[in-house]
Amino acid sequence: MSLAPGAPRALTRPAPATAAAGLRDALHAEWTKLRTAPGTAGLLAAAVALTVAVGAAAGAATRCPAAGCGQDPAKVSLTGIYLGQVVVAVVAVLAIGGEYSSGMIRTTLAAMPRRATVLAAKAVLVTGLTLAAGAVAVLGSLLAGRLILPGHGFTGAHGFAPLSLADGPVLRAAAGSVLYLALIALLSLGAATAVRDSAVAIGIVLGLLYLFPIVAGVVSDPYVQRHLQQIGPMTAGLEIQATTGLRSLPLSPWAGLGVLAAWAVGALLTGGLLLRLRDA
Amino acid sequence: MTTATAAPDRAATRAGRGRFGDLLRAEWTKFRTVRGWVIGMAVAALVTVLIGLLSAAGSHTSCNGGPCRFLYPVGPGGEAVTDSFYFVHRPLASHGSITARVTSLTGLLPTATGGRVRVGQGPQSGLHPGLEPWSKAGIIIKASTRQGSAYAAMMVTGRHGARMQYDYTQDVAGLPGAVTAASPRWLRLTRAGDTVTGYNSADGRHWTLVGTAVLPGLGSTVQAGLFATSPAYNVTTAQGLLGVSGTGGPTLATAVLDHVSLRGGQPAGAWSGTLIGGGPSAATPVQGGRYHRAGGTFTVTGSGDIAPDVPGGAGPGQTLDHTLVGAFAGLIAVVVVGTMFITAEYRRGLIRTTFAASPRRGQVLAAKAIVIGAVTFIAALVAAVVAVPLGSHVLRGNGNYLYPVTPLTEVRLVAGTAAMLAVAAVLALAIGALLRRSAIAVTVVIVAIVLPFLISVTNLLPAGADQWLMRLAPAAAFSIQQTIPNYPQVSNVCSVGGGCYPLAPWAGFAVLCAWAAAALGLAVFLVRRRDA
Repeated sequence: MSLAPGAPRALTRPAPATAAAGLRDALHAEWTKLRTAPGTAGLLAAAVALTVAVGAAAGAATRCPAAGCGQDPAKVSLTGIYLGQVVVAVVAVLAIGGEYSSGMIRTTLAAMPRRATVLAAKAVLVTGLTLAAGAVAVLGSLLAGRLILPGHGFTGAHGFAPLSLADGPVLRAAAGSVLYLALIALLSLGAATAVRDSAVAIGIVLGLLYLFPIVAGVVSDPYVQRHLQQIGPMTAGLEIQATTGLRSLPLSPWAGLGVLAAWAVGALLTGGLLLRLRDA
Repeated sequence: MTTATAAPDRAATRAGRGRFGDLLRAEWTKFRTVRGWVIGMAVAALVTVLIGLLSAAGSHTSCNGGPCRFLYPVGPGGEAVTDSFYFVHRPLASHGSITARVTSLTGLLPTATGGRVRVGQGPQSGLHPGLEPWSKAGIIIKASTRQGSAYAAMMVTGRHGARMQYDYTQDVAGLPGAVTAASPRWLRLTRAGDTVTGYNSADGRHWTLVGTAVLPGLGSTVQAGLFATSPAYNVTTAQGLLGVSGTGGPTLATAVLDHVSLRGGQPAGAWSGTLIGGGPSAATPVQGGRYHRAGGTFTVTGSGDIAPDVPGGAGPGQTLDHTLVGAFAGLIAVVVVGTMFITAEYRRGLIRTTFAASPRRGQVLAAKAIVIGAVTFIAALVAAVVAVPLGSHVLRGNGNYLYPVTPLTEVRLVAGTAAMLAVAAVLALAIGALLRRSAIAVTVVIVAIVLPFLISVTNLLPAGADQWLMRLAPAAAFSIQQTIPNYPQVSNVCSVGGGCYPLAPWAGFAVLCAWAAAALGLAVFLVRRRDA
């Protein structure tokens, strides 16, 4: 037993009286873990840098030679989300997968036996971090697009206004992309909680994201193709980035984000249920 | 105690090769006793087959509500071909030659009106003067008037100069430049048994050899004469999420030929005109054709193409590699197992025992690479051997047309896919040894292999950028699945989604091998230097 001055006080501190107080403690503990885990800050910075860099590169590689070139400037600027989401998924997977690989999870659950509270605290923190990093990444991408795209034919003469958040559809694409990243993080957290292994979890998440569009690209039946795009978490979720040609989309932008939200909720519920039922 | 002392003695007396054999056995024992890895490999094989079958089940083609009857001609090499042209011909015996001078090649293209192409109504409504780059006209020796029969032809083309082409897939360049009345082209084909030799000339006196074609089983009497044809015009109008959409229509080419002479022809032979191919059942829309003779001058008009049939455009065909789309899912599972094969040792601390038992760390990594590569190859081979025949059965049952491939190509598709997964597993192992953290290693490898492919299929980046990505990234290896070659003499939208890759099959595979070798080399270097 430790005789450090602080120890007796900590031991005699009463158990949290309410669920809210329990969540507050859990949040504090999880925040400390997440903050001090190696890699979290670096990965989030990488997510921002990759998103902006890929978006800028896509903008620099795209040309709009004439009016009606069929390009969507907001979507082009936000291409980087395709890569950024992967880094966000890794952060979310490691938030719980790291504990399983080091055995820390047993300590965590011994200290906080309410497993739903632990998962909720992790979900809140991962969402918050992703929203913050995602907002920086999306704003950076749009700023890069605003600077780069007019030089590549996206001019007023061709029917394009400069990218601006004051424009309704652009605001929807920007805010939606940030929410998209947060939902991808929750999906990844749920998957990692369910399978208890970082490598397997990230494999499952990337499979879910990538396989739907790849299979849809091969299937020749347009009806099946459309359905695959409607149910795939990435294909449906990224509908939110569209600012032009909304009629031809398989789903409306917000409905698409709703599909991804359903995937995230499903993964979290599965993970939470398994966390409750199984040994750690 | 006796066994304990005997074991090191025995090991010490063994040669280096025996010790590497022990290492292989040790790594194989590790692999097969970890239940999760064995399950992971089984899952990889299973999803490869299942997703391939699901995607085949989701591909239907129907014609007017009923099953389709595909009557694509097949060329001498077993490939699907387009064989539609206007043929003015006479019989030719086993030895002889045909010569002609081409003084003009003109054409008609569909008129694009606001992105839409007007085709149809009258025989030539909605057409304006213009020439397709691969419009062709000239002289041809063909086994028979049956579509898909063997042939050799000397021709002038819209924008690729004079050429000799034979048996649909072969193409040799002759004199460059366009043909005009001031600068005509003389063409000659001589036949000696199964050998046909092509010559061209600018003045009819100085002839240069273009190429020699050997056409086995040409038969004693063949048809020789003049031809004209012009492939469909395609224009890309929009790039959507899942492919390039375009419009197009049939085109016409008209050639004027004179100084026509046929040696070795049967004396009673007379010129007759035949429309080869065409009609409503043809794969490519054909405008028809005709010929007109005034003295020694022939005017021949034709539409269609004499070329291998390639996927893409408006064709309803599926390529055989579509049955292996599940390999993407298999690849993800294989990468997870390959990474964990080394990162799990770091996580559990087993790596210290491993390195204490066999201090040659480079050999340990090599043994691991061989074991994971071999296991993956066998699992993926079983999956591909099951998925390809089952998938093609389902595809055909759903009314789809499958492009025919040679048995050798099918073997390359199946074995190449298995080899690609095996090398991907080795790459995953190497990246796992480099990073020692499984989640990041798995992500790096999957993103490097799958994301470039996805970007190309969904046309996220402009065409040039994604082609370079498919040349340089490890994703280049998917070219091993290409079943229909790229033919430079066929103008076609080459897209990854249509099964057309910028690199040749083995060159693309070599790119992945180079990545894996580089990563493994770096991993050996670092693992030797670092503490375990």
